[in-house]
Amino acid sequence: MAFQAPTEQYSGKIREVVIGTTNSQVIAGGQNTLAFHTFEGTIPHRPLIAMEVYDIEPQEWADALKEVIGDVWGDPVAWAKKCQDEFGADLICLQLASADPNGLNRGADEVAETVKAVLSAISIPLIVYGCGNAEKDGEILKKVAEVAQGRNIVIGPAVEDNYKSVAAAALGFSQNVAGETPIDVNMAKQLNILMTNLGLPAEKILIDPAVGALGYGLEYAYSVIERDRLAALQQNDSMMQMPIIANLGKEVWKTKEAKISSEEMPEWGDPTRRGILWETITAVSLLVAGTDILIMRHPESVKLIKRTLNEFGLMN
Amino acid sequence: MALTGLDIFKQLPKTNCGECGVPTCLAFAMKLAAGGASLDACPHVTEEAKAALSSASAPPMRGVTIGTGDNALKIGEELVLFRHEKTFFNPPGFALLIDDAMDEADAIAKVESLKGVSFERVGQVLKANLVAIKNASGDSAKFADFVKKVQAATDLPLVLISESPDAMGKALEVAGTSKPLIYAATESNVDQMLELAKQYQAPLAVRASSLDSLGDLTTKLDAAGVKDLVIDPGTRQLKDTHESLVYLRRAALKKKLRPYGYPTITMPAEETDDDMMEAVHAAVYVMKYGGIIVMRDLSPEKAYPLFVLRQNIYTDPQRPMQVEQGFYPINSPDENSPVLVTTNFSLTYFIVSSEVEGSKMPAWLGVVDVEGLSVLTAWAAGKFVPERIAAFVKKSGIEEKVNHRNVVIPGYVAQISGELEDELGDWKVVVGPREASDVPSFLKSYQPVTV
Repeated sequence: MAFQAPTEQYSGKIREVVIGTTNSQVIAGGQNTLAFHTFEGTIPHRPLIAMEVYDIEPQEWADALKEVIGDVWGDPVAWAKKCQDEFGADLICLQLASADPNGLNRGADEVAETVKAVLSAISIPLIVYGCGNAEKDGEILKKVAEVAQGRNIVIGPAVEDNYKSVAAAALGFSQNVAGETPIDVNMAKQLNILMTNLGLPAEKILIDPAVGALGYGLEYAYSVIERDRLAALQQNDSMMQMPIIANLGKEVWKTKEAKISSEEMPEWGDPTRRGILWETITAVSLLVAGTDILIMRHPESVKLIKRTLNEFGLMN
Repeated sequence: MALTGLDIFKQLPKTNCGECGVPTCLAFAMKLAAGGASLDACPHVTEEAKAALSSASAPPMRGVTIGTGDNALKIGEELVLFRHEKTFFNPPGFALLIDDAMDEADAIAKVESLKGVSFERVGQVLKANLVAIKNASGDSAKFADFVKKVQAATDLPLVLISESPDAMGKALEVAGTSKPLIYAATESNVDQMLELAKQYQAPLAVRASSLDSLGDLTTKLDAAGVKDLVIDPGTRQLKDTHESLVYLRRAALKKKLRPYGYPTITMPAEETDDDMMEAVHAAVYVMKYGGIIVMRDLSPEKAYPLFVLRQNIYTDPQRPMQVEQGFYPINSPDENSPVLVTTNFSLTYFIVSSEVEGSKMPAWLGVVDVEGLSVLTAWAAGKFVPERIAAFVKKSGIEEKVNHRNVVIPGYVAQISGELEDELGDWKVVVGPREASDVPSFLKSYQPVTV
């Protein structure tokens, strides 16, 4: 019998979001089909990998990470350069943990200095994430947007309580915004509507669905991303057609499954491979669901994701 | 194709006897079509009509069971393409691959190591399901002997891999009564494999060089009465296998094409030489429609994340996973350690417990049964309320474990603290942080007051 391939065509298409400037820009989105469905649609730009850099030296991170980035993690500039030059990151995601009011509580001017230093050291595009405190992020991201003028970076996360200031900063200095909502399709759409109503162009917005790690709510993120994507492609919902960004590195590497030693948990096997796989499998799941930009931490996990993209024929 | 009420009506006796509990045959047919009745309710339907109707009303993807007893694996019977549309029902089976050209002691050791590859998580035991044995030696007698030894070393059902009907026949003489999966019938051996599957009433895998030919083979086998089939699209590249699995699932569920309405078998073991990439291939097939996933390396650091992924993806989106009610000791707490309470929604528990663990501060984490809701939802639903929390604390035995009487509640339910103190009597209620991420900094500055 002749097998009639049951292909599907979608009426919608994901917007292209350009990050960075002419000679070193990357483009997220642009596809008119589900993740890896090159057999029935076009995926003009492969998913991108942003590697994390923190603006303060990490405490109590897994040995698997210390072995590979411990030499640079006290210096965000050296760390960013290593991700760019040695690890093949497509973008850098600078996480401004030092601004946390419950931590060092650094001010906007101080964190902006780190942003400037990292920007002058790298040629690949930059994403800058705040500390997760909505009010504080509203303050610091305004300054970040200003000092990064001309570099077309991504700032985020814009959330319900600070989107006005974050979107205004992005609009004022021509940057992109990642809008974060807690694993919910309607809330993601609502935030996109609110930000576009402020005048922020839809092609300057990314959806951050606040993903959880494997074993820590991954299934919620997985299904929300699948539903986001079906709304964008099947229902042609314009306010859901933004590329999706997943800030997964920090979620993965705080789990005990990723970082506990083999002395404490011998039955969980080799700790280095376990941590790398915990991040890799989380990332693969988010890719299969429809993520366009992965924020990742371990260079070996990044390599495995690149091999995966290559095996899917997307690395050309 | 699903039948309409009228299609079914034509097969009924049309006597309107009412013995089925519905006044007319037409009304009964309509109920059947809607899935609201069983054909067994009609005492007068002919055997012919029964056969015609039951095959037409069978699920779009057949369920297939491999093995016998407690470790039998059931796969298939999936109803949706995306888990949010309903749920995925029968989690894929992980098979460990060995072959009869390996050193026998090594192979047996590998099989026995699977006993340690078992993890308990949210009240479920996550483990490997099958041992796949390949006839790599090409020697039928050796294969049968090897199968016999492996079978003695494991309780798991087997997948027997050989295209030689002679080798398969000999192996089945050894292992046939335990319903192993016979892998595989192909264009060149289908007639002999069909006979073996019939003789041993065992499930049969089918592999073909194209999806066209796969459909021909399954049609032929079905007509011959061999219906417990597992299909292998034959591809051995990640991209091609993913594409085939998507097509097969759509063909079965959306096009209702019976020749493709079977669970699948995938072979990460044969798709890559890299052990880490083998895990990536397996992960893709957990999400996108693998029924059996054959791996050559299932060491614990690979198996654990894959089994957790399988558990996550196959969780019913409508029924959140729940943790058993009770106090969980974290970081070896003693009689002076803080006492915290939260709800038994698995995600809430995992996030709170991992934050407490990460803080390195010892604590007793109490998990209250609120039927698997998160803190705010449970409070709003009247389940995370003072009476219930107090009853839990009192009955839990925590009063014998700590010499203080302070309980920390989530900041989101600060409003219940007064009422909870009234319910608890001698306990003092402390309002903790709203978000789990603030628990470590809270614990670093909090010390319960000892009475």
